[in-house]
This record gives sequence, C-alpha cells and structure tokens, in this order.
Amino acid sequence: MIKKAFALLLVIIIGIFLSATFAKIPFGVPKTVVGKYYLDHGVNDLGGVNIVTSIVVLYRGFDTLGEVTVLFLAATGLGMVLAGLREKDEKKRKKTAPSLIMRTETKLLFPMIILFGAYIFIHGHLTPGGGFPGGVVIASAFLLMFLSHEKWEAKEKYTKITEALAGMTYVVIGLIGLYVAGSFLENFLPKGVPGNLFSAGIIPLIYTAIGFKVGSELTGLLQNLRETTE
Amino acid sequence: MSSLILILSAILVIFMIVGAIVTIHARDLLVAIIASAIVDLVLAVLFYILQAPDVAITQASIMGGLTTAIFLVAIKKTERYEQ
Repeated sequence: MIKKAFALLLVIIIGIFLSATFAKIPFGVPKTVVGKYYLDHGVNDLGGVNIVTSIVVLYRGFDTLGEVTVLFLAATGLGMVLAGLREKDEKKRKKTAPSLIMRTETKLLFPMIILFGAYIFIHGHLTPGGGFPGGVVIASAFLLMFLSHEKWEAKEKYTKITEALAGMTYVVIGLIGLYVAGSFLENFLPKGVPGNLFSAGIIPLIYTAIGFKVGSELTGLLQNLRETTE
Repeated sequence: MSSLILILSAILVIFMIVGAIVTIHARDLLVAIIASAIVDLVLAVLFYILQAPDVAITQASIMGGLTTAIFLVAIKKTERYEQ
C-alpha cells in the first residue's frame, strides 16, 4: 500500500515538472536557428524537394550510417541468438496449410507490394518516405509470402549478399564524396532541377542502397524467426 | 488547426488511450497485440494530421506491420495466455 502511494506520489511529481517544462515551450514555433536554415536553404543547397530526406541523408548523413549499422547489429545479434534454436530437420516443423484464397491473393499482391516499397525509396527525395520505410514494406511483402506459402523461402545466402552489397555501396558513395568533394558523404553529383526524379545528387542513390539493405536484413530476420522451433 | 480537425484528433487520442489500457490489462496476449497495433496505427494517423507524413509512413509500416508480426511469431512460439 505504502509502496503504491509512493509510486503515485513520484508519478505526480514527475508529471508536474514535465508539464511545467513543456508549458514554457511554444507549440509549433521554430525554436532553433538551424531548423530555419534548413527550410530556407535546403532546396537551393541540395536540390531535394523533401527537406526531411535532405536532412537525413546529406546534412546528417553520418548519423544515418550509424543508424544503418545499429539495425545491422540488431539483426545479426538476433540471428546469433536464434541460431541455437534452429530446427535442422525440415519435416519436424509444424505445418498448417493456409487457405486457397490467401495463397492466390498473396501471389498477386507480392510483386505489387515490392513495387510500392521500391517506389517509396526511389522517390524519397520527392515524396514522403525513404529507405527505411521502403525496406520495411518490402520485408512485409516477404512476410506475407512466408505466411501463405510454407515451402517458399528466402535463401539466407541471397539476403546476406544483397545486404552486404548495399551496405558497401553506401560506404563507397561516401568515400567517393571524400575523394571528389572533400568530405565524407558529401554530394558530388549535379543537383539537377528540384522536383525531377533525377535530381538531388546522391540522395536517391543512398536511399536505394538503404532500401535494399533494410529490406534484405529484415527479410533475413523474419526467415530466421520462422526457422526456429516451438 | 480548424476545430473539426481538433475534434477528430481528440477522438483519435481517446481511441489510443483505450487501446493502451486494453493492451495492459488483457489476459489474452493476442488481444493485447491487436490493441497495441491499433494504438500504433492511430498514432500514424495523428502524425499525418500533425503534418509529418514521413514519420507517419515509418510508424505505420514498422510499428503497425512488422513489430506486430514479430510479436505474433513470439506468442506463437511461447504461450498465448498470461499466467
């Protein structure tokens, strides 16, 4: 009882201080100078219409490389944990056949979902989205196939090769920027006309690499989860 | 923000709170996972209303889609009911 009363008291104190702090911050008003700089100069500097993508890939490109590394480490760690639980004998796995409607429909939907994911990451500099959501959409297409076709699988060899190539592409683009333009992940391609598909320099290239990397990584993760025993 | 959008956001927030309470209290973990997926999807709509479509897409695809699927795999491999 006393424990609960103390917990309640603590929550109330934290709530009072948090609300007092947030009440001082005006809602919807730009608070820093750097955000205004991005909004004013982002399109002219880099040529990408979607400012969010320009910030993520070019202004804060190094952070994004770190994020991709974190995702890679998380997927690898889960794969290592699950490796001990993997069922070697295929026949021992419990199989319940999905219905005909599900199998037919996912076969039709699978290429369209892949296409939508590719659209999201290729048009990252023009429309909302980018490499991370696009990759997840592609992985969810593979998830649908895993659910509906019990024999169908994504070979670990291919997901690993795709992932490694995409990650290397990202770093190589960064290194070319270091050689040509003078700093790591610097834009070295022409900016083009803002609003065109071929514009914004290296943003579409990097987001395509990230899309492939995230998609193959999460597909491999789902495949790992699927292969483990009960 | 016009008042109509404000009312819509208030309704969505109430949905989210109800979904969160169901998620905590449900004994059946499948119910809890579906309720938390509802919370995530409503949050995606709220992000869209707050003019952050990039975040909305990410929220809907990662939290609403993939995380829910991974939770479902997890309860399939362990137990469905809370002790």
